[in-house]
Amino acid sequence: MNPLAPVGRATLSLFEAIGRLLLFAALGLSHCVRPPFYPRLIWRQMIEIGFYSLPVVGLTAIFTGMVLALQSYTGFARFSAESAIPSVVVVSITRELGPVLASLMVAGRIGAAMAAEIGTMRVTEQVDALTTLSTNPYKYLVAPRLIAGVTMLPILVIVADTIGVLGGYLIATFKLGFNPELYISNTINFLQVIDVVSGLVKAAVFGFLIALMGCYHGYYSKRGAQGVGAATTNAVASAMALILIFNYVITELFFSR
Amino acid sequence: MSALDTNLVPKIEMRNIAKTFGTKAVLRDVNLSIAPSESLVIIGGSGTGKSVTLKCILGLIQPDKGRIAIDGQETIGLRGREREAVLNKFGMLFQGAALFDSLPIWQNVAFKLIQGQNMKKTEARDVAVQKLEQVGMRADVADLFPAELSGGMQKRVGLARAIAADPEIIFFDEPTTGLDPIMADVINDLIVQCVKDLGATALSITHDMASARKIADHIAMLHEGRIIWHGAVADIDQSGNPYVDQFIHGRAEGPIQMAIRS
Ligand SMILES: Nc1ncnc2c1ncn2[C@@H]1O[C@H](COP(=O)(O)OP(=O)(O)OP(=O)(O)O)[C@@H](O)[C@H]1O
Ligand SMILES: [Mg+2]
Repeated sequence: MNPLAPVGRATLSLFEAIGRLLLFAALGLSHCVRPPFYPRLIWRQMIEIGFYSLPVVGLTAIFTGMVLALQSYTGFARFSAESAIPSVVVVSITRELGPVLASLMVAGRIGAAMAAEIGTMRVTEQVDALTTLSTNPYKYLVAPRLIAGVTMLPILVIVADTIGVLGGYLIATFKLGFNPELYISNTINFLQVIDVVSGLVKAAVFGFLIALMGCYHGYYSKRGAQGVGAATTNAVASAMALILIFNYVITELFFSR
Repeated sequence: MSALDTNLVPKIEMRNIAKTFGTKAVLRDVNLSIAPSESLVIIGGSGTGKSVTLKCILGLIQPDKGRIAIDGQETIGLRGREREAVLNKFGMLFQGAALFDSLPIWQNVAFKLIQGQNMKKTEARDVAVQKLEQVGMRADVADLFPAELSGGMQKRVGLARAIAADPEIIFFDEPTTGLDPIMADVINDLIVQCVKDLGATALSITHDMASARKIADHIAMLHEGRIIWHGAVADIDQSGNPYVDQFIHGRAEGPIQMAIRS
């Protein structure tokens, strides 16, 4: 047997998978902008993603802000640079930690739920049933999730940013003896529009990726309970990996010149 | 002239359909044509590809080769609106019912009316309740969810959903499996009524020969990826085909060898 054959097969199936994913994404997006729309379904997904993720995102954000203030204090105190703490906290949170950590948490929650739900519909032939009832599954299942992902993640990240900065503020003022007014004015003076905007752009992209991975893996779920289980795991793992990769790419686009 | 035309053009025509999954050739060369307002029943052993045949016609599975025409219109490769227009003619009962478990029963039944035809919800609900009554279910199940029903009840809801929009062509994948004998006969009558009263074309799959004899005009037998016999229901006992004879009498001995070794 040709020793290169397995390599060739693996490469081919990789390209096939990428092509299938890109086609899926393009079809899903095209149905986001073409009527008919399903406002009720979009709304339900928005509640699911936006509202029910608030506790986990808030918890992540507050402890991240707190630990950030504490860590930078122990580090910066060595150089007597404690006054940089408000700016370090706000920039780290808005640019990186807010969007990335919130999205990773949502990926675990929502990516899994979407893949499990659509995957179950696939293996019980509900997706086929949709088609025979003259309803396009991309429009009915995929588009509402993509729309909700892209719109809700930025809102969640605004919340995460606020709570994260609040966490830093609490530690700095109550534990580290900062002057509250000074901390707030330092934070506001240092913060630039681009910090927040880049973070929100990231959030929108990450929201799209989470929903895309959840829908894609569910839609192409293999048959049986094992198939749905694998789809769920793959949806979460691939969404998390893509979030980290795209985080670097977007940061590069915004800040390297 | 045009009336004559519609009699000549088969409602559904399959030519040389083949489908392989991985290395397993399920359909090898299926040829089948169904006239308008005809009721055809497909019989055949478990796993011979009867459900796959229906899904090929609906375009849910892409055959590897062959042609399929609905009302004379080639349907393989149709996309978007054209495909939707073709699918609009169909109603389908899935073997596993395939009810939407996030929707209550009545919304399942009225799904196509609400989503496809923009019917008002109150009106659609009335239609749904009426269809549920046709399949022998009382109005009080309308607000339950599919998971709250027994398997046979889910099957009947699936049936009500398939006929709710009065389709021209109805596919029934094992409509009476899992039903008690009395309810099975109610469903047989319902299928006959759909074909006779609405003039629908019906394609059913069943293992229940009593049901097949009752609902079919013609019977086709699928075996090893081909239609090995196709004839009028009255001729099935004199088919002269040993495969058909073995199947309709349910004998373990005969030309069809079941794979019972694991
Ligand atoms: N999507 C699919 N992917 C892979 N294999 C499939 C798929 N659908 C069907 N098959 C295979 O095709 C064969 C025929 O399946 P099909 O469901 O058509 O059988 P059937 O004739 O309807 O049997 P039954 O009477 O038990 O319902 C089976 O071996 C099945 O495993
Ligand atoms: Mg079947």
